[in-house]
Amino acid sequence: MKLFTYSKASGSVGHALEESAGKSGSHYIAGGTNLIDLMKDDIVSPDHLVDITALSCSQIEKLPGGGVKIGALVSNSDLANDSFIRQNYPVLSRALLSGASAQLRNMATVGGNLMQRTRCSYFYDVAGACNKRQPGSGCPAIEGYNRMHSVLGASSKCISAHPSDMCVALAALDATVQLTGEKGDRKVKLIDFHKLPGNTPELETVLLPHELIVAVELPHLGYSKNWCYLKVRDRASYAFALVSAAACLDIEGGKIKSARLALGGVAPKPWRAQEAEKLLVGKEPDERAFKAASEAVMKTARGLEHNKFKIELGKRTIVRALKVAAGGVA
Amino acid sequence: MEKKIKRPGQAQAAGADQHDLDCRGEGGQTRREFMVTAAAVGAGLALTGAIGESQEAAEAAELVNDPAKAVAIQVPNPPDTIAVELTVNEHTHMVNVDPRTSLLDALREYMGLTGSKKGCDHGQCGACTVLVDGRRINSCLTFAVMYQGKKITTIEGLADGDDLHPVQAAFVKYDGFQCGYCTPGQICSTVGLLAEARAGCVSAVTPDLACAKPVLSEMEIRERMSGNLCRCGAYPGIVEAIKSLAGAQS
Repeated sequence: MKLFTYSKASGSVGHALEESAGKSGSHYIAGGTNLIDLMKDDIVSPDHLVDITALSCSQIEKLPGGGVKIGALVSNSDLANDSFIRQNYPVLSRALLSGASAQLRNMATVGGNLMQRTRCSYFYDVAGACNKRQPGSGCPAIEGYNRMHSVLGASSKCISAHPSDMCVALAALDATVQLTGEKGDRKVKLIDFHKLPGNTPELETVLLPHELIVAVELPHLGYSKNWCYLKVRDRASYAFALVSAAACLDIEGGKIKSARLALGGVAPKPWRAQEAEKLLVGKEPDERAFKAASEAVMKTARGLEHNKFKIELGKRTIVRALKVAAGGVA
Repeated sequence: MEKKIKRPGQAQAAGADQHDLDCRGEGGQTRREFMVTAAAVGAGLALTGAIGESQEAAEAAELVNDPAKAVAIQVPNPPDTIAVELTVNEHTHMVNVDPRTSLLDALREYMGLTGSKKGCDHGQCGACTVLVDGRRINSCLTFAVMYQGKKITTIEGLADGDDLHPVQAAFVKYDGFQCGYCTPGQICSTVGLLAEARAGCVSAVTPDLACAKPVLSEMEIRERMSGNLCRCGAYPGIVEAIKSLAGAQS
């Protein structure tokens, strides 16, 4: 691991920005569960770390007009186990609990989860090429062993998949990310926070240099009645998703009033399926409607040698998640 | 049910873990002391190529026993270290660490608390699990400099003298290990799991997330312990041990 300098920001978010300002190789660190792993393998080599664990961003606050504001430093386990979240946003709780292990969830934070890097094995192999790690060096995954990779939203430069479960639920719940930086505060929709790889897979989010995630906001509607987070993976626990789906339905008078659908494990960012959501609105919550929605999601999917199974698996995962959400038999 | 955590004894602070203390051989040597001496003698022989050159062996033994000197060997140009006060098993340690030092390495190499094990060193196996303010974490995946003021509990801090912690006793009773390498992590993880269950924490397999007090079924235990791998496959014994504790807890 390359040597770095270390400083701890205390109290205000402004102090963290000051500690980071002017240092080109500066990174913020909180839970560190992904960053330190990457540092150990020399994939990321910060010159300076600003420890932000003492900042006052660890609250879960109900908002006056409905909705909730989740501090960026709330741990994954505290968020998953918060009674308000469990009752009002259960799909978020289940998604969080489906990721990593108990130890890692105790360490990992909401902000850090948003900043998680792909687990593409070529990204992790510093001896080889990777356009994300070394822009312009090539993507060996396209012709290589690409079983874990994306079938939606990939490019000729990068086919890596986004690893987060939490972000899939946040995408479905229409979350907003609160940022602060040298140019002031701003809010970004979660579904606009991560970028598709295109020609610049090294640019993964809209974060500006030194900008800091301070909170995530959820709107009032939490789909606490008809929801499902379904994660399909190689092991029953402690494994990344082959495909995951967050499905939320608002059913009134036997018809779908509104629907939310987001996928994980199949795209380079949390994949919100808005076209499929529109197809579901006004329909009866039955298999025919769910199958039509799943076909719509995978219409633009492109499979490669080892990951093409994800297209059919994705469709089936979507249908089953929607069935469970609607209260049917899984 | 949990016993009060006791400060580690002098022998532990000097580098021997509980198992070592229980396993003194005929010469009064612990397993670790024997291995260190053997390694040092080996190094001495390699340096001199002759038996009887005990000076080099003694120096090598000193290097292995003194973490500060060991670090100096590994890093040709030692960086500026950071002073950090770590409270481990109710005992305060002042250590000067390279900022890259993981909490696990600080425990093992700077404080001689070698009970916490280094398995994968990437947060994947759970052998390094310790408790921080009562919560289980992977000590390999975090930097020691970030733990000033936190209360750290390792496997060495669980027993009350000769009285095993209930989780340790249950692992012995239900045969929750074979080689023992993952066991300190498994036990610390179980202590964390039981505290989480007492606090009403849910898991990925809890059917009703709104339920206040999830029952620790076998499926729940397996899910909640998935961050601790055991290559010997002692899982059935581990699950039985935790089941017995969960029963006692409820």
